[in-house]
Amino acid sequence: MAEKILMKGNEAIGEAAVVAGCRHYFGYPITPQSELIEYMAKRLPQVDGVFLQAESEIAAINMVYGAAGAGARVMTSSSSPGISLKQEGISYIAGAELPCVIVNMVRGGPGLGSIQPGQCDYFQATKGGGHGDYHNIVLVPNSVQELVDYTILAFELADKYRNPVMLLGDGALGQMMEPIAFPQGAAAAPAKPWATTGLRGRKEPNVINSLHIQAPDLEKHNIHLQAKYKTIRENETRWETYKTDDAELVLVAYGISARVALSAMEQARAAGMKVGLFRPITAWPFPYEALAPLAGKAKAFLAVELSAGQMVEDVRLAVNGASPVYHYGRLGGMICSPKEVLGEVTKIMQGKEGK
Amino acid sequence: MTHEIVMAGFGGQGVMLMGQLMTYAGMLENKQVSWMPSYGPEMRGGTANCSVIISDEPIGAPIITEPTAVVAMNLPSLDKFEPALRTGGILIINSSLIEQKAKRSDVKEYRVPSNDIASELGNLKVANMVVLGAIIAATKAVSQESVMQAFAKMFAKKPGLLEINEKAIKRGAALVEGK
Repeated sequence: MAEKILMKGNEAIGEAAVVAGCRHYFGYPITPQSELIEYMAKRLPQVDGVFLQAESEIAAINMVYGAAGAGARVMTSSSSPGISLKQEGISYIAGAELPCVIVNMVRGGPGLGSIQPGQCDYFQATKGGGHGDYHNIVLVPNSVQELVDYTILAFELADKYRNPVMLLGDGALGQMMEPIAFPQGAAAAPAKPWATTGLRGRKEPNVINSLHIQAPDLEKHNIHLQAKYKTIRENETRWETYKTDDAELVLVAYGISARVALSAMEQARAAGMKVGLFRPITAWPFPYEALAPLAGKAKAFLAVELSAGQMVEDVRLAVNGASPVYHYGRLGGMICSPKEVLGEVTKIMQGKEGK
Repeated sequence: MTHEIVMAGFGGQGVMLMGQLMTYAGMLENKQVSWMPSYGPEMRGGTANCSVIISDEPIGAPIITEPTAVVAMNLPSLDKFEPALRTGGILIINSSLIEQKAKRSDVKEYRVPSNDIASELGNLKVANMVVLGAIIAATKAVSQESVMQAFAKMFAKKPGLLEINEKAIKRGAALVEGK
Protein backbone atom coordinates (compact mmCIF):
# COMPACT_ATOMS: atom_id res chain seq x y z
CA MET A 1 0.00 0.00 0.00
CA ALA A 2 1.26 3.41 -0.95
CA GLU A 3 0.86 6.68 0.96
CA LYS A 4 -2.73 7.72 1.60
CA ILE A 5 -4.17 10.32 -0.71
CA LEU A 6 -7.39 12.31 -0.64
CA MET A 7 -9.52 11.65 -3.68
CA LYS A 8 -13.07 12.07 -4.95
CA GLY A 9 -15.00 8.82 -5.34
CA ASN A 10 -15.47 9.16 -9.08
CA GLU A 11 -11.79 9.81 -9.70
CA ALA A 12 -10.79 6.99 -7.36
CA ILE A 13 -12.79 4.54 -9.51
CA GLY A 14 -10.89 5.76 -12.57
CA GLU A 15 -7.47 5.26 -11.01
CA ALA A 16 -8.51 1.89 -9.58
CA ALA A 17 -9.50 0.78 -13.08
CA VAL A 18 -6.06 1.76 -14.36
CA VAL A 19 -4.43 -0.14 -11.47
CA ALA A 20 -6.58 -3.15 -12.44
CA GLY A 21 -5.17 -3.05 -15.96
CA CYS A 22 -8.13 -1.42 -17.68
CA ARG A 23 -6.83 0.27 -20.82
CA HIS A 24 -10.12 0.76 -22.66
CA TYR A 25 -12.92 3.08 -21.60
CA PHE A 26 -15.98 4.15 -23.55
CA GLY A 27 -18.57 6.49 -22.10
CA TYR A 28 -20.73 9.54 -22.33
CA PRO A 29 -20.81 12.26 -19.65
CA ILE A 30 -23.62 12.56 -17.12
CA THR A 31 -23.85 14.06 -13.62
CA PRO A 32 -23.02 12.83 -10.97
CA GLN A 33 -20.24 10.70 -12.47
CA SER A 34 -18.67 13.08 -15.00
CA GLU A 35 -15.43 13.31 -12.97
CA LEU A 36 -14.88 9.65 -13.82
CA ILE A 37 -15.06 10.05 -17.59
CA GLU A 38 -12.99 13.24 -17.26
CA TYR A 39 -10.37 11.34 -15.28
CA MET A 40 -10.21 8.56 -17.87
CA ALA A 41 -9.86 11.12 -20.68
CA LYS A 42 -6.77 12.48 -18.97
CA ARG A 43 -5.34 9.27 -17.55
CA LEU A 44 -5.72 6.58 -20.21
CA PRO A 45 -3.55 8.30 -22.85
CA GLN A 46 -0.75 8.42 -20.21
CA VAL A 47 -0.76 4.60 -20.04
CA ASP A 48 -1.20 4.01 -23.78
CA GLY A 49 -4.86 3.23 -23.26
CA VAL A 50 -7.89 4.02 -25.38
CA PHE A 51 -10.35 6.64 -24.17
CA LEU A 52 -13.30 7.37 -26.37
CA GLN A 53 -16.25 9.60 -25.66
CA ALA A 54 -18.95 7.92 -27.68
CA GLU A 55 -21.82 9.68 -29.41
CA SER A 56 -24.26 8.09 -26.97
CA GLU A 57 -24.51 5.62 -24.11
CA ILE A 58 -25.79 3.00 -26.55
CA ALA A 59 -22.72 3.41 -28.71
CA ALA A 60 -20.48 3.27 -25.64
CA ILE A 61 -21.82 -0.05 -24.35
CA ASN A 62 -21.52 -1.58 -27.82
CA MET A 63 -17.89 -0.41 -27.97
CA VAL A 64 -17.46 -2.18 -24.64
CA TYR A 65 -18.98 -5.29 -26.24
CA GLY A 66 -16.42 -5.10 -29.04
CA ALA A 67 -13.39 -4.45 -26.84
CA ALA A 68 -14.42 -7.19 -24.38
CA GLY A 69 -14.79 -9.60 -27.31
CA ALA A 70 -11.23 -8.78 -28.29
CA GLY A 71 -10.10 -9.69 -24.76
CA ALA A 72 -9.54 -6.19 -23.34
CA ARG A 73 -10.16 -5.19 -19.73
CA VAL A 74 -12.80 -2.59 -20.49
CA MET A 75 -15.09 -0.28 -18.57
CA THR A 76 -17.97 2.10 -19.13
CA SER A 77 -19.71 4.31 -16.63
CA SER A 78 -22.82 6.42 -16.39
CA SER A 79 -25.63 7.40 -14.07
CA SER A 80 -29.20 6.15 -13.99
CA PRO A 81 -30.77 7.46 -17.25
CA GLY A 82 -27.59 6.59 -19.14
CA ILE A 83 -27.53 3.10 -17.63
CA SER A 84 -31.10 2.56 -18.86
CA LEU A 85 -29.86 3.28 -22.39
CA LYS A 86 -27.13 0.66 -22.01
CA GLN A 87 -29.45 -2.18 -21.02
CA GLU A 88 -29.78 -3.77 -24.47
CA GLY A 89 -26.00 -3.94 -24.76
CA ILE A 90 -25.63 -5.35 -21.24
CA SER A 91 -28.05 -8.15 -22.07
CA TYR A 92 -26.05 -8.94 -25.24
CA ILE A 93 -22.78 -8.93 -23.26
CA ALA A 94 -24.28 -11.26 -20.64
CA GLY A 95 -25.60 -13.53 -23.41
CA ALA A 96 -22.27 -13.58 -25.22
CA GLU A 97 -20.49 -14.15 -21.88
CA LEU A 98 -18.04 -11.29 -22.06
CA PRO A 99 -16.23 -9.72 -19.12
CA CYS A 100 -16.64 -5.99 -18.58
CA VAL A 101 -17.18 -3.47 -15.78
CA ILE A 102 -20.14 -1.09 -15.79
CA VAL A 103 -20.28 1.70 -13.21
CA ASN A 104 -23.62 3.21 -12.22
CA MET A 105 -23.42 6.22 -9.89
CA VAL A 106 -27.13 6.33 -9.22
CA ARG A 107 -29.17 9.54 -9.12
CA GLY A 108 -32.82 10.24 -8.38
CA GLY A 109 -35.36 8.87 -10.87
CA PRO A 110 -37.51 7.96 -12.72
CA GLY A 111 -36.94 9.60 -16.10
CA LEU A 112 -34.28 12.27 -16.20
CA GLY A 113 -34.98 12.60 -12.49
CA SER A 114 -32.51 14.67 -10.45
CA ILE A 115 -28.73 14.80 -10.18
CA GLN A 116 -28.61 14.02 -6.46
CA PRO A 117 -27.82 10.60 -4.96
CA GLY A 118 -30.30 7.73 -5.15
CA GLN A 119 -30.48 3.95 -4.74
CA CYS A 120 -33.55 3.57 -6.91
CA ASP A 121 -31.82 1.47 -9.59
CA TYR A 122 -31.50 -1.61 -7.36
CA PHE A 123 -34.19 -3.54 -9.24
CA GLN A 124 -32.66 -2.66 -12.58
CA ALA A 125 -29.17 -3.69 -11.46
CA THR A 126 -30.07 -6.91 -9.67
CA LYS A 127 -33.20 -8.22 -11.34
CA GLY A 128 -32.24 -7.91 -14.97
CA GLY A 129 -32.52 -4.44 -16.45
CA GLY A 130 -32.16 -5.83 -19.93
CA HIS A 131 -34.13 -8.72 -21.35
CA GLY A 132 -33.56 -12.42 -20.78
CA ASP A 133 -32.56 -14.74 -17.93
CA TYR A 134 -29.26 -13.17 -16.96
CA HIS A 135 -27.51 -11.62 -14.00
CA ASN A 136 -24.88 -9.00 -13.54
CA ILE A 137 -22.61 -9.43 -10.55
CA VAL A 138 -23.47 -6.27 -8.58
CA LEU A 139 -20.99 -4.80 -6.06
CA VAL A 140 -22.23 -2.11 -3.66
CA PRO A 141 -19.32 -0.24 -1.99
CA ASN A 142 -19.90 2.19 0.89
CA SER A 143 -16.72 4.27 1.02
CA VAL A 144 -14.18 5.77 -1.36
CA GLN A 145 -11.68 3.06 -0.35
CA GLU A 146 -14.26 0.41 -1.20
CA LEU A 147 -14.87 2.08 -4.57
CA VAL A 148 -11.17 1.43 -5.20
CA ASP A 149 -11.12 -2.12 -3.83
CA TYR A 150 -14.31 -3.24 -5.53
CA THR A 151 -13.47 -1.65 -8.88
CA ILE A 152 -10.39 -3.86 -8.90
CA LEU A 153 -12.41 -6.86 -7.71
CA ALA A 154 -14.98 -6.12 -10.43
CA PHE A 155 -12.38 -6.62 -13.17
CA GLU A 156 -11.17 -9.83 -11.54
CA LEU A 157 -14.67 -11.27 -11.18
CA ALA A 158 -15.64 -10.23 -14.71
CA ASP A 159 -12.70 -12.14 -16.15
CA LYS A 160 -13.11 -15.09 -13.79
CA TYR A 161 -16.74 -15.68 -14.76
CA ARG A 162 -16.84 -14.02 -18.21
CA ASN A 163 -19.71 -11.92 -16.95
CA PRO A 164 -20.59 -8.22 -16.76
CA VAL A 165 -19.96 -6.77 -13.29
CA MET A 166 -21.76 -3.65 -12.17
CA LEU A 167 -20.32 -1.31 -9.57
CA LEU A 168 -23.47 0.23 -8.10
CA GLY A 169 -22.65 3.48 -6.30
CA ASP A 170 -24.51 6.73 -5.94
CA GLY A 171 -23.98 10.43 -6.39
CA ALA A 172 -22.84 10.91 -2.79
CA LEU A 173 -20.08 8.29 -2.98
CA GLY A 174 -19.01 9.69 -6.34
CA GLN A 175 -18.74 13.26 -5.08
CA MET A 176 -17.26 12.76 -1.62
CA MET A 177 -13.57 12.70 -0.74
CA GLU A 178 -11.92 10.31 1.70
CA PRO A 179 -8.34 9.16 2.25
CA ILE A 180 -7.52 6.10 0.16
CA ALA A 181 -4.60 3.90 -0.73
CA PHE A 182 -4.18 1.96 -3.94
CA PRO A 183 -2.96 -1.61 -3.86
CA GLN A 184 -0.05 -2.55 -6.09
CA GLY A 185 -2.28 -4.08 -8.76
CA ALA A 186 -4.93 -6.58 -9.62
CA ALA A 187 -4.55 -10.24 -10.46
CA ALA A 188 -3.43 -10.36 -14.08
CA ALA A 189 -6.17 -11.08 -16.59
CA PRO A 190 -6.41 -14.79 -17.32
CA ALA A 191 -5.71 -16.15 -20.81
CA LYS A 192 -8.69 -15.54 -23.08
CA PRO A 193 -8.53 -18.23 -25.75
CA TRP A 194 -12.10 -17.37 -26.73
CA ALA A 195 -11.26 -13.78 -27.73
CA THR A 196 -11.57 -12.74 -31.37
CA THR A 197 -7.98 -11.76 -31.95
CA GLY A 198 -7.24 -13.74 -35.12
CA LEU A 199 -6.92 -17.44 -35.84
CA ARG A 200 -3.33 -17.73 -34.54
CA GLY A 201 -2.85 -21.13 -36.10
CA ARG A 202 -6.27 -22.47 -35.13
CA LYS A 203 -8.57 -23.81 -37.83
CA GLU A 204 -11.90 -22.79 -36.30
CA PRO A 205 -12.51 -19.06 -35.84
CA ASN A 206 -13.77 -17.83 -32.47
CA VAL A 207 -17.31 -16.51 -32.69
CA ILE A 208 -18.83 -14.09 -30.19
CA ASN A 209 -22.57 -14.00 -30.48
CA SER A 210 -25.72 -13.87 -28.39
CA LEU A 211 -27.98 -15.26 -31.13
CA HIS A 212 -28.93 -18.94 -30.87
CA ILE A 213 -31.65 -19.25 -33.49
CA GLN A 214 -32.48 -22.88 -32.63
CA ALA A 215 -34.50 -22.97 -29.40
CA PRO A 216 -32.89 -26.21 -28.12
CA ASP A 217 -29.45 -24.61 -28.55
CA LEU A 218 -30.56 -21.50 -26.71
CA GLU A 219 -32.04 -23.58 -23.90
CA LYS A 220 -28.74 -25.40 -23.56
CA HIS A 221 -26.92 -22.07 -23.45
CA ASN A 222 -29.34 -20.80 -20.79
CA ILE A 223 -28.80 -23.90 -18.68
CA HIS A 224 -25.07 -23.28 -18.91
CA LEU A 225 -25.57 -19.66 -17.83
CA GLN A 226 -27.71 -20.71 -14.87
CA ALA A 227 -25.05 -23.20 -13.76
CA LYS A 228 -22.53 -20.35 -13.87
CA TYR A 229 -24.82 -18.10 -11.80
CA LYS A 230 -25.14 -20.89 -9.24
CA THR A 231 -21.34 -21.06 -8.94
CA ILE A 232 -21.21 -17.29 -8.52
CA ARG A 233 -23.88 -17.44 -5.80
CA GLU A 234 -21.90 -20.10 -3.96
CA ASN A 235 -18.52 -18.39 -4.22
CA GLU A 236 -18.95 -14.67 -4.50
CA THR A 237 -21.73 -13.64 -2.10
CA ARG A 238 -20.30 -10.95 0.18
CA TRP A 239 -21.66 -9.13 3.22
CA GLU A 240 -20.66 -7.63 6.55
CA THR A 241 -22.36 -7.58 9.95
CA TYR A 242 -22.02 -5.12 12.83
CA LYS A 243 -23.24 -5.99 16.32
CA THR A 244 -25.90 -8.39 15.05
CA ASP A 245 -25.16 -11.07 17.69
CA ASP A 246 -27.46 -9.68 20.37
CA ALA A 247 -29.51 -7.38 18.12
CA GLU A 248 -33.25 -7.23 18.60
CA LEU A 249 -33.56 -5.01 15.55
CA VAL A 250 -31.32 -5.53 12.52
CA LEU A 251 -30.89 -2.67 10.08
CA VAL A 252 -30.20 -3.78 6.51
CA ALA A 253 -28.56 -1.25 4.26
CA TYR A 254 -25.96 -0.97 1.50
CA GLY A 255 -23.80 1.78 0.03
CA ILE A 256 -24.23 5.30 1.36
CA SER A 257 -27.33 4.23 3.33
CA ALA A 258 -25.20 1.73 5.24
CA ARG A 259 -23.06 4.65 6.43
CA VAL A 260 -26.15 6.48 7.65
CA ALA A 261 -27.53 3.30 9.20
CA LEU A 262 -24.22 2.63 10.99
CA SER A 263 -24.34 6.08 12.60
CA ALA A 264 -27.98 5.53 13.59
CA MET A 265 -27.07 2.11 15.00
CA GLU A 266 -24.29 3.58 17.16
CA GLN A 267 -26.67 6.26 18.45
CA ALA A 268 -29.32 3.62 19.21
CA ARG A 269 -26.74 1.50 21.06
CA ALA A 270 -25.68 4.56 23.05
CA ALA A 271 -29.36 4.94 24.02
CA GLY A 272 -29.43 1.32 25.23
CA MET A 273 -31.26 -0.22 22.26
CA LYS A 274 -29.95 -3.51 20.92
CA VAL A 275 -29.60 -2.68 17.23
CA GLY A 276 -27.30 -4.25 14.64
CA LEU A 277 -26.50 -3.72 10.99
CA PHE A 278 -26.35 -6.19 8.12
CA ARG A 279 -24.64 -4.79 5.04
CA PRO A 280 -24.78 -6.58 1.68
CA ILE A 281 -21.58 -6.02 -0.31
CA THR A 282 -22.91 -7.96 -3.29
CA ALA A 283 -26.46 -6.92 -4.20
CA TRP A 284 -26.43 -9.78 -6.69
CA PRO A 285 -25.88 -12.39 -5.48
CA PHE A 286 -27.84 -11.10 -2.46
CA PRO A 287 -26.66 -12.71 0.81
CA TYR A 288 -29.98 -14.46 1.56
CA GLU A 289 -28.34 -17.36 3.39
CA ALA A 290 -26.31 -15.11 5.66
CA LEU A 291 -29.30 -12.95 6.55
CA ALA A 292 -31.79 -15.78 7.06
CA PRO A 293 -30.34 -17.13 10.37
CA LEU A 294 -30.67 -13.68 11.95
CA ALA A 295 -34.43 -13.93 11.48
CA GLY A 296 -34.58 -16.50 14.27
CA LYS A 297 -32.80 -14.18 16.69
CA ALA A 298 -33.89 -10.63 15.85
CA LYS A 299 -37.43 -9.48 16.51
CA ALA A 300 -37.58 -7.19 13.50
CA PHE A 301 -35.68 -5.87 10.49
CA LEU A 302 -35.52 -2.39 9.04
CA ALA A 303 -34.32 -1.88 5.47
CA VAL A 304 -32.87 1.59 4.94
CA GLU A 305 -32.39 2.62 1.32
CA LEU A 306 -32.74 5.67 -0.91
CA SER A 307 -35.73 4.20 -2.74
CA ALA A 308 -39.40 3.54 -2.16
CA GLY A 309 -38.58 -0.07 -1.25
CA GLN A 310 -36.48 -2.23 -3.58
CA MET A 311 -33.79 -4.07 -1.59
CA VAL A 312 -36.40 -4.60 1.14
CA GLU A 313 -37.98 -7.23 -1.14
CA ASP A 314 -34.77 -9.28 -0.97
CA VAL A 315 -34.71 -8.82 2.80
CA ARG A 316 -38.27 -10.17 2.97
CA LEU A 317 -37.28 -13.15 0.80
CA ALA A 318 -34.42 -13.91 3.19
CA VAL A 319 -36.45 -13.42 6.37
CA ASN A 320 -39.31 -15.39 4.83
CA GLY A 321 -42.00 -14.22 7.21
CA ALA A 322 -40.10 -15.15 10.39
CA SER A 323 -40.03 -11.53 11.63
CA PRO A 324 -41.58 -8.26 10.51
CA VAL A 325 -39.55 -6.36 7.92
CA TYR A 326 -39.95 -2.59 7.84
CA HIS A 327 -38.67 -0.10 5.34
CA TYR A 328 -37.43 3.47 5.59
CA GLY A 329 -36.35 5.44 2.55
CA ARG A 330 -35.98 8.87 1.04
CA LEU A 331 -36.76 9.51 -2.59
CA GLY A 332 -35.78 11.55 -5.60
CA GLY A 333 -32.22 12.42 -4.57
CA MET A 334 -32.81 13.18 -0.88
CA ILE A 335 -30.52 11.49 1.66
CA CYS A 336 -31.81 10.29 5.00
CA SER A 337 -30.04 11.44 8.14
CA PRO A 338 -28.96 9.22 11.04
CA LYS A 339 -31.50 11.13 13.17
CA GLU A 340 -34.38 10.15 10.89
CA VAL A 341 -33.30 6.51 10.92
CA LEU A 342 -32.92 6.63 14.70
CA GLY A 343 -36.49 7.92 14.84
CA GLU A 344 -37.71 4.87 12.90
CA VAL A 345 -35.59 2.57 15.05
CA THR A 346 -37.04 4.06 18.23
CA LYS A 347 -40.61 3.65 16.96
CA ILE A 348 -40.03 -0.02 16.13
CA MET A 349 -38.19 -0.72 19.40
CA GLN A 350 -41.05 0.83 21.35
CA GLY A 351 -43.45 -1.43 19.55
CA LYS A 352 -45.00 1.32 17.53
CA GLU A 353 -45.37 0.40 13.93
CA GLY A 354 -42.59 1.32 11.49
CA LYS A 355 -43.32 2.86 8.16
CA MET B 1 -13.62 13.98 19.52
CA THR B 2 -15.58 14.47 16.31
CA HIS B 3 -15.72 17.78 14.46
CA GLU B 4 -18.63 18.14 12.06
CA ILE B 5 -18.14 21.35 10.16
CA VAL B 6 -20.38 22.89 7.51
CA MET B 7 -18.83 25.56 5.29
CA ALA B 8 -21.17 27.55 3.10
CA GLY B 9 -21.19 30.52 0.76
CA PHE B 10 -21.60 31.64 -2.82
CA GLY B 11 -20.10 29.44 -5.51
CA GLY B 12 -16.69 31.00 -6.21
CA GLN B 13 -15.94 32.07 -2.61
CA GLY B 14 -13.75 29.03 -2.15
CA VAL B 15 -15.70 27.09 0.46
CA MET B 16 -14.98 23.75 -1.26
CA LEU B 17 -11.24 24.41 -1.14
CA MET B 18 -11.37 25.46 2.53
CA GLY B 19 -13.05 22.17 3.29
CA GLN B 20 -10.61 20.14 1.24
CA LEU B 21 -7.58 21.74 2.91
CA MET B 22 -8.99 21.01 6.35
CA THR B 23 -9.82 17.44 5.35
CA TYR B 24 -6.36 16.93 3.88
CA ALA B 25 -4.78 18.34 7.06
CA GLY B 26 -6.84 15.90 9.15
CA MET B 27 -5.61 13.03 6.99
CA LEU B 28 -2.00 14.17 7.49
CA GLU B 29 -2.65 14.01 11.25
CA ASN B 30 -3.86 10.41 10.82
CA LYS B 31 -7.41 11.29 11.78
CA GLN B 32 -10.53 9.86 10.18
CA VAL B 33 -11.83 12.38 7.66
CA SER B 34 -14.50 12.85 5.04
CA TRP B 35 -15.43 15.72 2.71
CA MET B 36 -18.78 15.89 1.05
CA PRO B 37 -19.92 18.69 -1.25
CA SER B 38 -23.44 19.80 -1.80
CA TYR B 39 -23.79 19.79 -5.50
CA GLY B 40 -26.61 21.15 -7.56
CA PRO B 41 -27.23 22.41 -11.06
CA GLU B 42 -25.64 25.76 -10.16
CA MET B 43 -21.95 26.64 -9.89
CA ARG B 44 -20.50 30.17 -9.77
CA GLY B 45 -22.86 32.59 -8.08
CA GLY B 46 -25.14 29.89 -6.69
CA THR B 47 -24.97 28.63 -3.13
CA ALA B 48 -22.41 25.98 -2.30
CA ASN B 49 -21.54 24.15 0.86
CA CYS B 50 -19.45 21.25 2.00
CA SER B 51 -19.48 19.01 5.04
CA VAL B 52 -16.16 18.17 6.67
CA ILE B 53 -15.85 15.52 9.35
CA ILE B 54 -12.61 15.14 11.31
CA SER B 55 -12.74 12.46 13.95
CA ASP B 56 -10.76 10.06 16.12
CA GLU B 57 -13.42 7.42 15.45
CA PRO B 58 -14.37 5.77 12.13
CA ILE B 59 -16.89 7.94 10.28
CA GLY B 60 -20.40 6.64 9.64
CA ALA B 61 -22.63 9.00 7.72
CA PRO B 62 -20.61 11.66 5.87
CA ILE B 63 -23.71 13.85 6.00
CA ILE B 64 -24.00 16.47 8.74
CA THR B 65 -27.35 17.49 10.17
CA GLU B 66 -26.20 19.02 13.47
CA PRO B 67 -22.83 20.68 12.89
CA THR B 68 -20.36 21.42 15.68
CA ALA B 69 -19.18 24.42 13.64
CA VAL B 70 -20.61 26.50 10.81
CA VAL B 71 -18.80 28.87 8.47
CA ALA B 72 -21.12 31.36 6.78
CA MET B 73 -19.48 33.28 3.95
CA ASN B 74 -22.72 35.02 2.96
CA LEU B 75 -26.12 35.84 4.46
CA PRO B 76 -28.17 33.01 2.90
CA SER B 77 -25.67 30.54 4.38
CA LEU B 78 -26.01 32.09 7.83
CA ASP B 79 -29.81 31.96 7.64
CA LYS B 80 -29.72 28.36 6.46
CA PHE B 81 -27.18 26.80 8.83
CA GLU B 82 -27.28 28.83 12.07
CA PRO B 83 -30.44 27.04 13.28
CA ALA B 84 -28.81 23.62 12.76
CA LEU B 85 -25.72 24.40 14.85
CA ARG B 86 -25.34 22.40 18.04
CA THR B 87 -25.59 24.14 21.39
CA GLY B 88 -22.14 25.46 22.23
CA GLY B 89 -21.13 25.22 18.58
CA ILE B 90 -18.84 27.60 16.74
CA LEU B 91 -20.24 30.10 14.26
CA ILE B 92 -17.82 31.93 11.96
CA ILE B 93 -19.44 34.84 10.15
CA ASN B 94 -17.82 36.63 7.22
CA SER B 95 -18.60 40.09 8.58
CA SER B 96 -17.32 41.81 5.42
CA LEU B 97 -20.45 40.65 3.66
CA ILE B 98 -22.83 39.91 6.56
CA GLU B 99 -24.06 42.66 8.85
CA GLN B 100 -26.50 40.39 10.68
CA LYS B 101 -25.36 39.09 14.07
CA ALA B 102 -25.90 35.58 15.36
CA LYS B 103 -29.53 35.15 16.46
CA ARG B 104 -28.68 32.45 18.94
CA SER B 105 -27.07 33.09 22.29
CA ASP B 106 -26.09 29.46 22.92
CA VAL B 107 -23.34 29.41 20.27
CA LYS B 108 -19.90 30.99 20.08
CA GLU B 109 -19.84 33.69 17.41
CA TYR B 110 -16.68 34.90 15.67
CA ARG B 111 -17.00 37.79 13.23
CA VAL B 112 -14.24 37.72 10.63
CA PRO B 113 -14.01 40.59 8.11
CA SER B 114 -12.32 38.27 5.65
CA ASN B 115 -12.74 40.30 2.47
CA ASP B 116 -11.36 43.41 4.18
CA ILE B 117 -8.36 41.54 5.56
CA ALA B 118 -7.77 39.89 2.18
CA SER B 119 -7.79 43.23 0.42
CA GLU B 120 -5.38 44.63 3.04
CA LEU B 121 -3.11 41.71 2.17
CA GLY B 122 -3.42 42.71 -1.47
CA ASN B 123 -5.38 39.76 -2.82
CA LEU B 124 -9.15 39.43 -2.45
CA LYS B 125 -8.95 35.78 -3.46
CA VAL B 126 -7.47 34.78 -0.09
CA ALA B 127 -10.60 35.79 1.86
CA ASN B 128 -11.43 32.11 2.25
CA MET B 129 -7.97 31.45 3.74
CA VAL B 130 -8.54 34.14 6.37
CA VAL B 131 -11.70 32.29 7.36
CA LEU B 132 -9.87 28.96 7.28
CA GLY B 133 -7.34 30.37 9.73
CA ALA B 134 -10.21 31.44 11.98
CA ILE B 135 -12.01 28.09 11.89
CA ILE B 136 -8.92 26.04 12.70
CA ALA B 137 -8.04 28.39 15.54
CA ALA B 138 -11.59 28.25 16.90
CA THR B 139 -12.15 24.49 16.58
CA LYS B 140 -8.56 23.22 16.96
CA ALA B 141 -9.70 20.35 14.72
CA VAL B 142 -6.33 20.40 12.97
CA SER B 143 -3.13 22.38 13.43
CA GLN B 144 -2.10 25.35 11.32
CA GLU B 145 1.08 23.47 10.38
CA SER B 146 -0.93 20.56 8.95
CA VAL B 147 -3.07 22.96 6.92
CA MET B 148 0.07 24.57 5.48
CA GLN B 149 1.45 21.11 4.66
CA ALA B 150 -1.82 20.24 2.97
CA PHE B 151 -1.68 23.49 1.03
CA ALA B 152 1.86 22.79 -0.12
CA LYS B 153 0.79 19.32 -1.32
CA MET B 154 -2.38 20.45 -3.07
CA PHE B 155 -0.63 23.37 -4.77
CA ALA B 156 2.72 21.67 -5.34
CA LYS B 157 2.80 23.13 -8.85
CA LYS B 158 2.25 26.70 -7.60
CA PRO B 159 4.69 27.21 -4.70
CA GLY B 160 4.47 30.97 -5.22
CA LEU B 161 0.97 30.96 -3.71
CA LEU B 162 2.14 29.64 -0.36
CA GLU B 163 3.30 32.92 1.20
CA ILE B 164 0.16 35.03 0.70
CA ASN B 165 -2.09 32.19 1.75
CA GLU B 166 -0.08 31.51 4.87
CA LYS B 167 -0.32 35.20 5.77
CA ALA B 168 -4.08 35.07 5.31
CA ILE B 169 -4.44 31.96 7.47
CA LYS B 170 -2.33 33.53 10.23
CA ARG B 171 -4.40 36.73 10.17
CA GLY B 172 -7.61 34.76 10.53
CA ALA B 173 -6.18 32.70 13.37
CA ALA B 174 -4.86 35.80 15.18
CA LEU B 175 -8.29 37.36 15.04
CA VAL B 176 -9.82 34.39 16.86
CA GLU B 177 -6.98 33.94 19.33
CA GLY B 178 -6.98 37.63 20.22
CA LYS B 179 -10.59 37.38 21.29
